[in-house]
Amino acid sequence: MNPLLADYLPILIFLGIAVGVAAAAILASLILARQKPDSEKLSAYECGFEAFSDTRGRFDVRFYLVAILFIIFDLEVAFLFPWAISLGTIGMLGFWSMVAFLGILTIGFVYEWKKGALEWE
Amino acid sequence: MIIHSLTFYMFAAVAVASGVMVISARNPVHSVLFLILAFFNSAALFVLMGAEFLAMVLVVVYVGAVAVLFLFVVMMLDINFREMRHGALQYLPIGGLVGIVLLAELVLVFGSWAVAPEAADVATIPTPDPTVVTNTHALGSVLYTRFVYLFQAAGMILLVAMVGAIVLTLRQRDGLRRQSIAEQNARRKSDTIEVVKVPSRGGV
Repeated sequence: MNPLLADYLPILIFLGIAVGVAAAAILASLILARQKPDSEKLSAYECGFEAFSDTRGRFDVRFYLVAILFIIFDLEVAFLFPWAISLGTIGMLGFWSMVAFLGILTIGFVYEWKKGALEWE
Repeated sequence: MIIHSLTFYMFAAVAVASGVMVISARNPVHSVLFLILAFFNSAALFVLMGAEFLAMVLVVVYVGAVAVLFLFVVMMLDINFREMRHGALQYLPIGGLVGIVLLAELVLVFGSWAVAPEAADVATIPTPDPTVVTNTHALGSVLYTRFVYLFQAAGMILLVAMVGAIVLTLRQRDGLRRQSIAEQNARRKSDTIEVVKVPSRGGV
């Protein structure tokens, strides 16, 4: 077998065990427990009242901004991993190209800091 | 080898099944969760092909960030999805027709398209032996030097995305009292407290 895939074999085994345990828990409760389905058991309980409205309210668009900024810096970090591993072989050009890349993103970071995009009301 | 094929078919089947569930689940939040399952299975398929760095990036970026963004979008839209979905089936024939036409065009294009044999060698770099050089190392050894312009272009695109997101979504509300730490620290006792000698029975 491919040595790379042999490294991943434990993860596959763990996945199998996890699926097995989850399926066993659900199946056991399905078989062993008494089943008395009732629509009230599934309904939302809110301090004794019926639920007033739908759970899905509008979110502030600010959460979206935070999420998208997180994605961008996440991608930046994803670029850092291969660079850090191969830093010994790529020489000065590789080093400085990453520094320039980080510089470009730092411009964006300073921009969002100055605009107050990181501040919450 | 049989384990390899079995795992491939298992992950591929789960990926396709969860892809179908993404478009057919009634609750949009469930759709996003099935999308995450599809991402995980695609990551497993990448590992099976030997591209472990891509697999990990898929998990980190797509599952960790993009799925969260999708969840926000689903929750931010205050749309009654059940009503919207109500008419989805009646558009199935025409949607299917468009899909078939697109598929036919793709088949025609790829069927009649001949790639010059030397073109692939110009664009690609020989893949190093994965047992000697790890995948991440192989990427790193070309991405920052040989493809430096593309790498800087990626940085520019990220910058544009950042600025665009801020410009589109950020609006300052007026009339808010923000905390200004510098102003707080610059405050002196003499600015705010005044000792007044009050004469007896005189009042202030």
